[in-house]
Amino acid sequence: MDEILEILEKNGCASAEDIAKMLKKKPQAIKQAIKKYEKEGVILGYKALINKELAKDADSRVRALIEVNITPQKDVGFDKIAERIYSFPEVSSCYLISGTYDLLLIVEGSNLHTVARFVAEKLAPLENVRGTSTHFLLKKYKEDGILLKHREENKRIPISY
Amino acid sequence: MQPSGIRAFFDLVLGMKDVISLGVGEPDFVTPWQIREAGIYSLEQGFTSYTSNKGLYKLRLSISRYLKNRYGLEYCPDEEILITVGVSEGFDLVLRSLLNPHDKVLIPTPCYVSYPALTGLAGGIPVCIDTKHDGFKLTPARLEEAAVKNKPKAIILNYPTNPTGISYSKKELEGLKKIILKHKMICISDEIYADLTYDFEHTPFPTLSGAKEKTIYLSGFSKSYAMTGWRVGFACGPKEVIAAMTKIHQYTIMCVSITSQMAACEALVSGKKSVEEMKREYRRRKELVVAGLNDLGLSCHNPQGAFYVFPCLKGIGRKSMEFAQGLLKDQNVAVVPGTAFGESYEDYLRISYASSFENLKEALARIEKFLNK
Repeated sequence: MDEILEILEKNGCASAEDIAKMLKKKPQAIKQAIKKYEKEGVILGYKALINKELAKDADSRVRALIEVNITPQKDVGFDKIAERIYSFPEVSSCYLISGTYDLLLIVEGSNLHTVARFVAEKLAPLENVRGTSTHFLLKKYKEDGILLKHREENKRIPISY
Repeated sequence: MQPSGIRAFFDLVLGMKDVISLGVGEPDFVTPWQIREAGIYSLEQGFTSYTSNKGLYKLRLSISRYLKNRYGLEYCPDEEILITVGVSEGFDLVLRSLLNPHDKVLIPTPCYVSYPALTGLAGGIPVCIDTKHDGFKLTPARLEEAAVKNKPKAIILNYPTNPTGISYSKKELEGLKKIILKHKMICISDEIYADLTYDFEHTPFPTLSGAKEKTIYLSGFSKSYAMTGWRVGFACGPKEVIAAMTKIHQYTIMCVSITSQMAACEALVSGKKSVEEMKREYRRRKELVVAGLNDLGLSCHNPQGAFYVFPCLKGIGRKSMEFAQGLLKDQNVAVVPGTAFGESYEDYLRISYASSFENLKEALARIEKFLNK
């Protein structure tokens, strides 16, 4: 992967000037490369990673992992039915997986009931959905490589040879 | 022996809170988890005993294979490799094994603080060769001059170098080797930062033709695998020297902690990817810091390795200790004054970029504020 992407993946706030210094290139060249990535859709957006358990007034939403068994359709396979499912705003992630189930969804709702209702009223009745299995998420330890706890203090002694 | 003159400054730093420190001589990464996990597992399995004096055979064998694969360097795990408590112990052992009273040892400076001290403790006489007029690199001409004048028993090389970050290409090393062999010196080569070489492939001194028999090669796990606190290093060399070193080691140390040795074995199995990631990260930080310092008028060469830069204060007309103390008191940023590495480096600072991107940016901003006061 291009080092520009490697840097931005770790720190979306890194400025073109800083990246240029780190990679010994001209800031203009970095800006152009980033623009190109944005245009091509390689870079889809920038956002802060927020630990919602610590954000005081964040609404406490519940999340569920839902395994979905579906019947593929002629010509379009799983894609058409997947689209019908992932288009619901409640679905925050949708993956096609190998194994016992076909789709793995991450669904968010304001409480247990809204998620349960989504499954019962929207998801399960869909034609081609043969079965679902819902797992409510109890605690997040690590997400996308980031530990969800307070940053630990640096344990090094501050000066040494 | 003189107590280190820099101690008072260090104590000042240690007594302060919320310091952004660019004064640290160790990685800011923690040891990669798979290596820590191997240490924990070894404890669970009940590996709590002594090991053989030379170190776990498994570890010596792994090191031997690693050096062969990586550099084509062959050392016999039975007789030519000794596991030491970091490179520091290795140094002490080599010097005590090799030196007779008043033997002279050439040391290019600025250098890691232990070299002259340990040479003196072993009864030798350290002879420093200042490199500041040659871009901090020892040149064949200066080496020849010092060799003729002092008739030294040995020379200490350290590349990439703490505190300057410079390193030597293969061609440059060939030039030095000719003179080292011509004057029948023994080369003690500390290559602990080898994996953090950015611009070219690192060349271990013993891989140069004819050099292996005259070289004691010292390295370890501290810097490459962020394992400073585990204290595992190794010495490789001719079996007579390793045997002499082992004798001292067996009476003073007995053996390196078995937990650390087991973790080191794992580092050689699975650590390669982590090393590559850390190296890429360091290289980016280096460019950021070098550009940032030069912009501020702290002129600094672009180092080839390790995680240090050694900027010069002449351009801004300041002296190292006064600058470091002022920066600490004024802006809570710690750097190491050049005088820590010898009295003649009062125009320099050692800045370590083993710190996060955010810290480095903030520290550079604070240095700028300090300069504009």
